[in-house]
Amino acid sequence: MHSARVEKFYYLMKLGREFELAAKEQYMQGNIAGFLHLDIGQEACSVGSMQAFDKGDVFTHYREHVLAIARGMDPKLIMAELFGKVTGVSKGKGGSMHLFEPNLNFYGGDAIVAGHLPIAVGCAYARKIQGEKAGVFAIFGDGASNAGAFFESINIAAAWKLPLIFFCENNYYAIGTRIGWVSPFEELYNKARNFMPTKRIDGMDVCEVYKAVTQAKEYIENGLGPYFIEAETYRYEGHSMSDNGKYRSEEEIEIFKSRDPIINLKKRAIAEGLVTPEYFDEADQKVQKVIQEAIEFALNSPEPPINELYEDVYCKECTNVIP
Amino acid sequence: MLYREALNNAIDEMMAADESVVILGEDVGRYGGSYRVSEGLFAKYGAKRVIDTPIAELSIVGNAIGMAIAGLRPIAEIMTVNFSLLALDQIINHAAKFRYMSGGKMTIPLTIRMPGGVSKQLAAQHSESYETIYTAIPGLIVLAASNATYAYYGLKAAIALNDPVIFLEHELLYPMKMEFKPQENFDPFKAEIVKEGKDLTIITYLKMRYDVLQAIPTIEQTLNITVEVVDLNSLRPLDMSTITQSIQKTKRVAIVEEDHKTGGYGAEVIARISEELFYELDAPPLRIAGQDVPIPYNRTLELASIPTPKKIAQKIIQWGRENGL
Repeated sequence: MHSARVEKFYYLMKLGREFELAAKEQYMQGNIAGFLHLDIGQEACSVGSMQAFDKGDVFTHYREHVLAIARGMDPKLIMAELFGKVTGVSKGKGGSMHLFEPNLNFYGGDAIVAGHLPIAVGCAYARKIQGEKAGVFAIFGDGASNAGAFFESINIAAAWKLPLIFFCENNYYAIGTRIGWVSPFEELYNKARNFMPTKRIDGMDVCEVYKAVTQAKEYIENGLGPYFIEAETYRYEGHSMSDNGKYRSEEEIEIFKSRDPIINLKKRAIAEGLVTPEYFDEADQKVQKVIQEAIEFALNSPEPPINELYEDVYCKECTNVIP
Repeated sequence: MLYREALNNAIDEMMAADESVVILGEDVGRYGGSYRVSEGLFAKYGAKRVIDTPIAELSIVGNAIGMAIAGLRPIAEIMTVNFSLLALDQIINHAAKFRYMSGGKMTIPLTIRMPGGVSKQLAAQHSESYETIYTAIPGLIVLAASNATYAYYGLKAAIALNDPVIFLEHELLYPMKMEFKPQENFDPFKAEIVKEGKDLTIITYLKMRYDVLQAIPTIEQTLNITVEVVDLNSLRPLDMSTITQSIQKTKRVAIVEEDHKTGGYGAEVIARISEELFYELDAPPLRIAGQDVPIPYNRTLELASIPTPKKIAQKIIQWGRENGL
């Protein structure tokens, strides 16, 4: 792995981790409300996948702050959105779960489990007939793999040989339901393997995620059809801020924490002489600065004016006739 | 012109004019459409743009939303409104909300065509009218085509709009031969005065337009009045200005709809009229609607479950006599 790439991985994962920790703190201070789903522990999936899949369209679930950052969205605009401010990426009307930026081809934050998968399939169909080389990337959790929308989507994507990467983050829990209680197996690539090539990877290792998504990207770009990646990962926190995650044993949590994607990347990079220890100090300082700026920006941004309530329900040409 | 031909012409012309227009749905391509609306389009535009989908309504609409995001202008056909319930999550949680929850960044130019209503003995899972669901959803536009002229111009307008449109059709109308009236400056959101009158306004839409028109001679002769008939065309938004002008003239209003009375679309129209035009009215509004039962298979029971020309005439005559007509 090239050292510049490793540096980028580290910086983005650290930025993601610190962003989430800051969001958690701001939530507890009352500056953020609603549902807040933290990506802590899963940063390798978010960063590795977005660094590999750097063009094309991205459809995500609602644990998407770090994906958005890794895609290039300004942390300021994300934090402001979490605060519900008008300067937020969705003008404060979407919140944590809905971070859309068509300029980045990022259609992030669908809060209906598996609901974004048929949409990703349709987008992949369009890209195919438009002759676009870069396809579509859809990320979802283990819980989504039990939904009807998931099965419809792997079926159609495979039938039509669509350029679509299905990226399943298997963190083993759909809120408090262990995947094995409601699925015949916990290795979820089994659900797709008769439809398309599948690969199960260590989702706690950013380099492995990057390599797998790069390989999948080449596959779909060659017009061979969809590709399924299952990444084993773990969220250290509860499902959202309203869940303490106590249904999991301390032992289990510690096992996954020992595989921490950020700490392990740093150790390996130093041991292999890829990155100097000084880089990490500089990166950490830069991260702190970016997070601080994001919080200040969010705090100092105005609330949406009340007339925003009525804006954006319809397009301009329809707004004139529809009250 | 047949009603289904008007729809076919609208799609054909839009597909010819704009390469980004595609249609998708079950049997729309090689088969030519369950009601022959897309007949000939597969041969003309090919499999890429006339897309045969699996029987998976959630995906038909979900895929169409993804196509719209990618810059296409999809027309999704759902075989009946009854099946659209399988796609409700995509229609309501996704198509209708993306624009708002993205702060205006997402645009979903999507038309979802679906026929509804009682056809002939198709029983409860193929006979309902669910406009009451779709008209209650902010972010959706709901158009209802009762005739070839509106089917043609309204569908073209729907395809051209940048918001998701539910385009309602009626199964019994497809093979009907209808007069086609060329329009200038067509407005899809405008109701049509089907017939002018001065003593009573009957508001209706879709297939009930014809049942109302059949009932009119009996009503007019028996009560010795003239009746104005308003076909709404657009259910969301509702053309309150046409309704207001008509009621200011006639002072009495009845609505005739095929869906269930409780919570039916007519309830909303009457509520708006009661709020905004209460002092214009000389009589309480009348609602003529379907019975509050699932649609039965048996023909006698089926006809008993929905308004018919005879029942419409009887109810309006009785109500008219009780209210000074």
